[in-house]
Amino acid sequence: MDQIVLSHVTKTFTTKTLGTVTAVNDFNLTIKEGECFSFLGPSGCGKTTTLRMIAGFEDLSQGEIHLCGKPVSIKSKNLYVPPEDRGLGMVFQSFAVWPHMNIFENVAFPLRVRKVPKAEMTERVKMALKHTSLDGMEKVYPGNLSGGQQQRIALARAIVTNPKVMLLDEPLSNLDPKLRETMRFEIKELQKKFNFTIIFVTHDQSEAMALSDRMMVMDMGNIVQIGTPTELYNRPVNRFVHKFLGQSTFTDVILQDGKAYARGDMEQPLPVALPENGEREMVMATRPNQIDMNRTEGYKTKVEKRIFLTNYTEYLVRVGDQLLQVQTPHRNAFAQGETCYLKFPGIMWYGKEDEAAEAERNRRQLV
Amino acid sequence: MIGSKYRVNRDMARMDGKKFSLDKVLTILSFVILIVVVVIPMVMIVYNTFFFEGKFDTSLFTEIIMDPANVTAMWNTIKIALLVTLFGTVVGLFFAWLLGRSDIPLKGLMRSMFTIPYMFPPFFGAMAWELLLSPRSGYLNKWLMATFHLSQAPFNINSIGGIIFVECSYYFPFVFMQVVSALERMDPTLEESARIAGAKQWYVIRRITMPLVLPATSAGALLILTSSLSHFGVPSILGFSKKIYTLPTRIYQLISRASGSFQGIREGAALSILLVIVVMLALWLQKVVLRSGSYDIIKGKSMRPMLIKLRGAKIPLLIVSLLSLSIIVLVPLVMIILVGMLKAYGLPLTLENFTFDNYLNLFKSKMVQDSVVNSLTLSISAGIIAMFLGVMIAYVIQKIKPKGKTALEIISILPYSIPGIVLAIGVILSWSGALGVNLYNTLWIILVAYIARYLAFSMKSASASLQQVHYSLEDAARTCGATHFESLTDVTLPLIRPAMISGFFLIFLPAMRELTTSVLLYGPYTRTLGVAIYSLRSDGYIVDASALASLAIVLIIICNAVVNAIVKDRKKV
Amino acid sequence: MASVRFEHVSISYGPKQVVKDFSLSVNDGEIMGIIGPSGCGKTTLIRALCGLIKPEAGDIYINDQLVFSVEKRVNIPPERRGIGVVFQDYAVWPHLSVWDNVCYPMKKHKVPKDEIPKRAAYALEQVRMTGYEKHMPAQLSGGQQQRVAIARSLVSSDELIVLDEPITNLDAKLREEMILEIQMIQQRIGTTIIYITHDQEAALQLCDRIAVMQPDGQICQIGSDEEIIRQPANRFVYSFIGVSNFLPVVEKDGKVCLGLGDEPVLFDKLPEGFAVGKKNVMGVRPMDIVFDQQSAVRADIQRDTFLGNQYDYQVNLGGQELRVERNALDVLSDPTHYAAGQEVGLRFLNVKFYEEEAQA
Repeated sequence: MDQIVLSHVTKTFTTKTLGTVTAVNDFNLTIKEGECFSFLGPSGCGKTTTLRMIAGFEDLSQGEIHLCGKPVSIKSKNLYVPPEDRGLGMVFQSFAVWPHMNIFENVAFPLRVRKVPKAEMTERVKMALKHTSLDGMEKVYPGNLSGGQQQRIALARAIVTNPKVMLLDEPLSNLDPKLRETMRFEIKELQKKFNFTIIFVTHDQSEAMALSDRMMVMDMGNIVQIGTPTELYNRPVNRFVHKFLGQSTFTDVILQDGKAYARGDMEQPLPVALPENGEREMVMATRPNQIDMNRTEGYKTKVEKRIFLTNYTEYLVRVGDQLLQVQTPHRNAFAQGETCYLKFPGIMWYGKEDEAAEAERNRRQLV
Repeated sequence: MIGSKYRVNRDMARMDGKKFSLDKVLTILSFVILIVVVVIPMVMIVYNTFFFEGKFDTSLFTEIIMDPANVTAMWNTIKIALLVTLFGTVVGLFFAWLLGRSDIPLKGLMRSMFTIPYMFPPFFGAMAWELLLSPRSGYLNKWLMATFHLSQAPFNINSIGGIIFVECSYYFPFVFMQVVSALERMDPTLEESARIAGAKQWYVIRRITMPLVLPATSAGALLILTSSLSHFGVPSILGFSKKIYTLPTRIYQLISRASGSFQGIREGAALSILLVIVVMLALWLQKVVLRSGSYDIIKGKSMRPMLIKLRGAKIPLLIVSLLSLSIIVLVPLVMIILVGMLKAYGLPLTLENFTFDNYLNLFKSKMVQDSVVNSLTLSISAGIIAMFLGVMIAYVIQKIKPKGKTALEIISILPYSIPGIVLAIGVILSWSGALGVNLYNTLWIILVAYIARYLAFSMKSASASLQQVHYSLEDAARTCGATHFESLTDVTLPLIRPAMISGFFLIFLPAMRELTTSVLLYGPYTRTLGVAIYSLRSDGYIVDASALASLAIVLIIICNAVVNAIVKDRKKV
Repeated sequence: MASVRFEHVSISYGPKQVVKDFSLSVNDGEIMGIIGPSGCGKTTLIRALCGLIKPEAGDIYINDQLVFSVEKRVNIPPERRGIGVVFQDYAVWPHLSVWDNVCYPMKKHKVPKDEIPKRAAYALEQVRMTGYEKHMPAQLSGGQQQRVAIARSLVSSDELIVLDEPITNLDAKLREEMILEIQMIQQRIGTTIIYITHDQEAALQLCDRIAVMQPDGQICQIGSDEEIIRQPANRFVYSFIGVSNFLPVVEKDGKVCLGLGDEPVLFDKLPEGFAVGKKNVMGVRPMDIVFDQQSAVRADIQRDTFLGNQYDYQVNLGGQELRVERNALDVLSDPTHYAAGQEVGLRFLNVKFYEEEAQA
């Protein structure tokens, strides 16, 4: 069943410095029940604005939003259901735990507002606290708790009403890296137990990939690509997505006589499958750790530079007139100046991207 | 945190063969100055109250606190302070919410009106409201009686209620400022998450917003409470004629009635101990309340909070608030200026009764000239001296961190919470011959009192600024080849210059309008501006007092404009 | 150029001894990295070297000249030690322009007036900040401020420059650039550089030699990047420079077995580095564990996470949790999907043995 439907949603802002900016542009999106769906993109891409429109904190400039089959925002009819009546759970980046209430009161608040009988309220709060490993801490005030514990309170508060849809606005970015990882799994566990739909906003690609069933990459208010994490990682539609989802290394390639040559080396063709309808000049995109560097077969070349890093060794290898970044485990060792062979098992082909898009992106990040 | 650790190792100078390091000199100097300026006057009050001719003697103190007149004064003080706090808080909260969270128009205009009470001394307001609402001759009372054919004046400003009203109108911005800034810096998701949890807007205000700004509210309220407890100007102007006394005015009365006799001063000192006890109770209360509820409500992304739409209530609320603000803020100023132009007090406020002669007379009067010159001299020199002392003490506390740093901090903040009138008595007891130095009837004694009273302002300002100067900036200068002294003059001082300048004005501006301390310390030729206005009025020269007050208003507005221009200029850089 | 020598230096803050009997010598013209977890006393050492704090014992030499000694009562003040320092927070003076910041040390060192502008301009050129002379620090980005700080340290001293965690506040791309920049400057001028950081990654890229400090302030290894990476001297270094798993192992009849429940044989012969007759732990990095269904070492997958460039697994081996990484290349060559709940065989490719230390 389709749980969240956005159709033709548009949001424009007017600011003093930039004039009118389209933060979200003609958005059409359907999220299924029980799905964990991520909005991923650089800051200023409109992901938070979209989430806040779904939550009901922002008006729409155009379009409509339906939640669980019911319309909640329709611009043309001026229909606008306030956030408190949308039946959502939401967790914020800043935790937003109320410092003047203890943990029990914090978690009980949504039930109190709904006038749930006292016995049932206590029961449900208890259960929510148990699932967030906060049991026994009912009387504690959140002021001195760590970020992780505060975020658990926020989670407990969000699940206590058993919402169908959970909105997570960068809930992990204020936590330290280790905790971020554990919280990721805790959120997943909670979803399994309570079976809600998650919309997860983040700018961290690995977080999005670890959590989501499907994800969406946004850029400058537009949807760039929607798909499963593996689809997006292995088949990015353009250079922007390729770069955004992990380390990338791009090589300018010239296609000639059914072979691909690295720019500056028309002698030795690259051992790669050619793009279907390639122009003469193309960009070959791959990832530094997806290049097979060996001593037996492939494109023969030389190691220009070796850099030891903690988790892998990085080599700069000459390919034509360009330097290619290759990362291998330490056990696969080459010396500086040594001859090596390269194979490229996972590559993507892109046309020459225009630089104007990049400039616009930089401009918007200043907002 | 790291910075504090690094300062422990401080005996390097000894190793270099120097006897005194710069740090040590500064530390000792700070202690000496604070003892002379602050500690001695305080000790003298206690000593003179409890010791008579060298012997311990509590009879004077018991006598003073048993005196029914003094007890009444104490209850009046407490009653007035509590009610001023209550009303001031309610009004302040109302405006804070209106400006911080609603979509009411003209916020900028209203905001600038809130700063006006900060600029003028409350006793100007008391003078103005007496002109309007005194039961016998108040202009508004007379007009109301004539219009509605009343046999009695409808308002009596010379009452406890009147004192409360005038003090309120000057003190409510304390709560307003605190709360509005808390509301503006508050993380909006705290309210948004309550909406998501299912709460309606008004429920959110009641259960989330209000409790969260409670610490700010109580901080503002307690500031009102302590200010009102030690306030002198308003109750003395409105209360004396009806024999309504508060502790500060009662102390003043005891001393001025004794006309310089030692017994009178001792009685005043004993009574001021009572006042200090009351104020300290309030401060203790403040500490307890603030400790119990200091939340961290300012974190997360900076996002504009959602403003609540007033819809239909917008225009009525706007009219009510503009009207009440004008009454509170503008009417007194206008009244003083109008009366200052009257040919004689009591004449109707019509055009043919106005004249500029009063102003011309002012300029001819020696006393007025003296007072303006005195006030300017005192304010500027107190400002400069206290500014430098404040920087030095702040540097010792923040950067050198010697043993006894906490004591230094407490002593320098102490005069801030001691009522001005008490400080004045301490200064009289210390510097009119008892310790071999007699400064009585000179400008020096007032200067010493001003420095003690305002030192905390510049110290706090410099302290806050020094905290921003990371220790590595000085260290960088050292490794670049600068000596310790050079690193101070080349790096630290230039960096805190803005704080020094603002510290100067924080002293200069209130010193220009000071009344409470000077009124006990002035001599025949050392009247300050505030004292001159005050004594003209109490001698019955109402019109001249108003004219001089108008002059002071103009002077204060000019000074503030200059300050704003300087501050704005700095911000641009 | 200058060499630096710490000899038996101890430093305390109040009752707490931060650095104890520390000795280290830095050669002329090298980039020496000192890495260690935060709080191990790195910054304290540098402050002692600069003369900003006084050790309670030991000698410090710069260029064979004694600058500090408790015994000989020598303490040359910081302004006469001739060290250029780049502080963690840059410490660029906000009230002075870029130009004035850079000229300040030369004025204090009484450099001839006509030479100051020449050297300042040269230093700014070195850090590619020419054209920013009139800017105030507030108008500069973090990276630019840092370059000003480096320029300032270059004119303070062309012999010895100390960098205290200077690039931790920069984003990844700028970090990379600054590392190259510092290397190039060092090659051109030949200055000795001491580089302090808790970020092993940067130190590995930049330094000729690296000294690893333990949390207790002791140096546990000095070596080149390759030595540190390939031959971590002890368990601390091993875990400090990368994600690590440790497994208890025992010797049985000349074979090495897992010191866990069912004790499968890991190695048929005693491998190099194994301390016979002692308690050993085996260190293995997540990417050096591969899934191999033929292996007798069986484990359960508890969690699998796709992170794009790698799959992250948490596996349970006889009650011990291990982290395993399969990078993108492994996945391309063996497309079997391993998921949570599955049993797998493990093979350990590249392991190190350490004597079991008493756990503190």
